[in-house]
Amino acid sequence: MIFGIPIQAFLGQLLVGLINGSFYALLSLGLAIIFGLLRVINFAHGAQYMLGAFAGYLLLAHLGIGYWPALILAPLIVGVTGIIIERLALSRLYDIDPLYGLLFTFGLALVLEGVFRYYFGVSGNPYPVPPLLAGGTNLGFMFLPIYRGWVVVASLVICIGVWLAIEKTKFGSYLRAATENPSLVQAFGVNVPLLLTLTYGLGAALAGLAGILAAPVYQVSPLMGSNLIIVVFAVVVVGGMGSILGAIVTGYMLGLAEGLTKVFYPEASNIVIFVIMAIVLLVRPAGLFGKDA
Amino acid sequence: MNSAAPLLSVRGLNAWYGESHALHGVDLDVFPSETVTLLGRNGVGKTTTLRAIMGLIRKRTGRIDFDGKDLMRLPLHRTAHAGIGFVPEERGIFATLTVDENLILPPVVAPGGMSVEEIFDLFPNLKERRNSPGTKLSGGEQQMLAIARILRTGVKVLLLDEPTEGLAPVIVQRIGELLAALKKRGMTVLLVEQNFRFASRVADRFYLMEHGKVMAEFPVGELNERMTLLHDVLGV
Repeated sequence: MIFGIPIQAFLGQLLVGLINGSFYALLSLGLAIIFGLLRVINFAHGAQYMLGAFAGYLLLAHLGIGYWPALILAPLIVGVTGIIIERLALSRLYDIDPLYGLLFTFGLALVLEGVFRYYFGVSGNPYPVPPLLAGGTNLGFMFLPIYRGWVVVASLVICIGVWLAIEKTKFGSYLRAATENPSLVQAFGVNVPLLLTLTYGLGAALAGLAGILAAPVYQVSPLMGSNLIIVVFAVVVVGGMGSILGAIVTGYMLGLAEGLTKVFYPEASNIVIFVIMAIVLLVRPAGLFGKDA
Repeated sequence: MNSAAPLLSVRGLNAWYGESHALHGVDLDVFPSETVTLLGRNGVGKTTTLRAIMGLIRKRTGRIDFDGKDLMRLPLHRTAHAGIGFVPEERGIFATLTVDENLILPPVVAPGGMSVEEIFDLFPNLKERRNSPGTKLSGGEQQMLAIARILRTGVKVLLLDEPTEGLAPVIVQRIGELLAALKKRGMTVLLVEQNFRFASRVADRFYLMEHGKVMAEFPVGELNERMTLLHDVLGV
């Protein structure tokens, strides 16, 4: 018993919080990368997450392609559509008010969700857990469904991998430098327009990857992204707009905070993240990991 | 003087910041291995000239020929590959990159640039601090780094904007020595400089700018006879 709560219930909610946090971290990571370099608030991120889940679902339903290939293909499909969207539309909006990028991606999200709602309804479709990760294991103090453990591990590995790629590689140094001063990096001879395109594709692919990871946990539904994206924006704001590390750490932290609230005061669990956001904005307007402007 | 064809030739260059017309037909030539300094008061368009040549200002008309290439037609990220490097007035050292990463950031555009080892021999301070964030360096070290990273790329012409601004005299002297060493290596430099004493030591030739265009041109040998003009225009 912890504070009068059975330990199983406590750890169970903590795990749920960690799973949710894994998705918050993956999604806010992509948003932070895109915002950092493109200065675009990508409102289509939730729709791209949904697209990743649907890509997996449709690959399985129509082509019999299972979970493991889909884990590569779904992000690839979403990433390529992201690249096309950036080339055709977003790249034309960089020189004008950032509000247009926000409005465009917001509209794009509505269109995508509308189209999928038209064809698939809102009830949601189940996606089977891959056999290799089916079942669960008794940890002694609680029962852990293996797939959920996999989601936490996979998300951690991806987040750390992307963070290392940004901090330690040549591509990452271009990305960081262009985030600070894009025109100077371009004057040095780096093809910054191409870098912007690839970065948007990378951010979209991360959302797609989160989507296919989420498919066996949540239902594959056209609205799965719009339910999540508002929370993810709160995560990005708490972490500090554009801070990569902030997005990752805050994603897990707020997932856990949400889980803990479910244990101690379930009524507040839906709003706790926004309460934290309000407090952070009052105390540190640039976010926990943001640099004060 | 140089009888060879100019390496960089600018004719009738006009440039705008938004609606504001900043350059009104700048003409200038820079010959191979020459150090040319643009003089003039604040706001006459010296920095603007460099930024327009580099392509950082896109709203521009006129001709810019460099090494047989028409720079007006190149997108910004192709200009450096033509063989031209830019060191901005604010130095442009990246805070989120280490000294090492700052140094190797600009892509090598031609053979013949300095190796990282040569650069560290020339700037031992940078080597000691190679893993620190770039903006943790002193102002002088940041200026050295800003110049050093361009020397790695193998460009033929260096556009150097106010390298001595805000620096201690001993550092200014080091930058002067650096420019002399670069000249020995055959580097061509187009310099913007407020520090007239510094400019008179390093430059071969001067362009005096006023109201967004060139109003006089003279070699370093004529500096003494031009002092009255310089006094009137610059207040030095």
